[in-house]
Amino acid sequence: MELYELTACQAANALAKKEVTACDLTESIYKRIAAVEDKIKGFITVREKQEALSEAVQVQDSLEKGDKLASLRGIPMTLKDNICTLNLPTTCGSKMLQGYYPPYDAHVTEKLQEAGTILVGKSNMDEFAMGSSTENSSFYPTLNPWNQHYVPGGSSGGSAALVAARETFFALGSDTGGSVRQPASLCGVVGFKPTYGLVSRYGLIAFASSLDQIGTLTRDVRDCAMVLDIIAGHDSRDSTSVPREKENYSRDLEKSSSSFRVGIPRECFGQGVEEDVKKAVKRGIEKCQQIGTVIEEISFPHNEHALPAYYLVATAESSSNLARYDGIQYGFRSKKAENLHDLYRKTREEGFGPEVKRRVMLGTYALSSGYYDAYYLKALKVRTIIRKDFEKIFEDHDFVIMPTSPTVAFAMGEKVDDPLTMYLNDIFTVPANLAGLPAISIPCGFSRGLPVGLQVVGRPFDEKRLLQFSYKLESLLQVKDIKPDIAEVGQTDIS
Amino acid sequence: MTVGKNEVEYVASLARITLSEEEKVMYTEQFNTILEYIHMLNKLELDEVEPTTHVLPLHNVLRKDLVKVSTQKIIEQVLEEAPEKEKFLFRVPSIIE
Repeated sequence: MELYELTACQAANALAKKEVTACDLTESIYKRIAAVEDKIKGFITVREKQEALSEAVQVQDSLEKGDKLASLRGIPMTLKDNICTLNLPTTCGSKMLQGYYPPYDAHVTEKLQEAGTILVGKSNMDEFAMGSSTENSSFYPTLNPWNQHYVPGGSSGGSAALVAARETFFALGSDTGGSVRQPASLCGVVGFKPTYGLVSRYGLIAFASSLDQIGTLTRDVRDCAMVLDIIAGHDSRDSTSVPREKENYSRDLEKSSSSFRVGIPRECFGQGVEEDVKKAVKRGIEKCQQIGTVIEEISFPHNEHALPAYYLVATAESSSNLARYDGIQYGFRSKKAENLHDLYRKTREEGFGPEVKRRVMLGTYALSSGYYDAYYLKALKVRTIIRKDFEKIFEDHDFVIMPTSPTVAFAMGEKVDDPLTMYLNDIFTVPANLAGLPAISIPCGFSRGLPVGLQVVGRPFDEKRLLQFSYKLESLLQVKDIKPDIAEVGQTDIS
Repeated sequence: MTVGKNEVEYVASLARITLSEEEKVMYTEQFNTILEYIHMLNKLELDEVEPTTHVLPLHNVLRKDLVKVSTQKIIEQVLEEAPEKEKFLFRVPSIIE
């Protein structure tokens, strides 16, 4: 077995037992990248191997001391390219920020560095995190490791595909309306969006600030808990970061009460959801019953209203956040402009791709005089209704289970010219963002050889129990060790 | 409520984005499809509902007004990313004729 095939936790344990070194793990990851990255295109930037290796040498020295178990010291990892890194370009998947070096590290970048993890690169994404297929990257689309004619989902498609392809032990992504969970579902990995405010957004390039949250993409739930242990916690540089006592998510992962009550919203198993997706998720629900979980059908009456509300709130906030890309202080500047106004317009015309323009304009429209009440204000009210739906459900249920995505991965190019159809991918993921709730996607089965994800949504800041429950469920599902078969460079491609 | 090409032009000018003729046609069509979907919200009774701008109770986060060191190095780092600069300034097209 190759080292890159280990989970982050297994690799950390092998390090602690001195069976391997941080250099061995880093070498193994670079070997895997060299072998399959041409087929996946999950990275925008791969860090110089020598640089990563010299960091691995330093970490290896420090490994001799300190807390070895339950730590990710020496483990290679990847960050989505909208998370600021001082020493690597941070492009947000956009021509607007091509080659841009931020003058500071994001909070999560600092935390992962302090924890001794080794950054190997920055992952591909839909431009400014706007999209559900990674086809909106200004550079190139990422391919789904399970079948390279299919999309990996998005917007954290690079991060999800790299974890699935074993090109990194874990990755971070960002989730504004499902951008961690949906690609996790389509690539067959675990994707987790924490409660809004649990992880600092300092240094995460803003898309929709009231919805954005950094999340994890990992091979399994244990790795997820270990990464969350590192990145969660208060940071005074993000005014929405919540000051609360730090919890340990990985230590108590196996301890949990067996009497959870789970609600299954009937609205999430209706039209528009593929039969195989329903079947795989229902199989997961049946497994829950084996561990004594009480399953009850419930109603989530406003699920269908979440998506239109989301696309108004997110685009409105993005139109404001993306106003900063004006070609003055950093990033791309048009060479064709003659005066200042022209400079703004041409810089944005040439620097932004079609989806970003579409959303910025839609958001501008929703906020513009005369339409504010009809669109933006209405969407904020619907947000209240969605929150109340959840509050009511959580009065007598611990979790809600639904599909992560209504479909498995779709073919490259299939939805790219039809924005509304593309938006419908997010129908089950946006409610958790509107309500700020923690939600995880776990692989639960396959349809036509493509992975299906099951989503568990929990109460605010109930991460500990949510992960305990997910860990149990994952072990019953028995799909986490099935991995995609990617022909390596030099191998004959028989597909 | 439908959107015409002139409204798309107006919104693009507010958003400081130049659009080609083809883009204007494409976005007008797509906006109408998307807005038609969004209009499902009109069926909801929302008069009595308070809007939610943020899920967390937001309050001012204050800190002491202390001077922090801003080194020459940070300024240089920031200016390094400027598309055009002159000495320690961002260079822009002339604003006053």
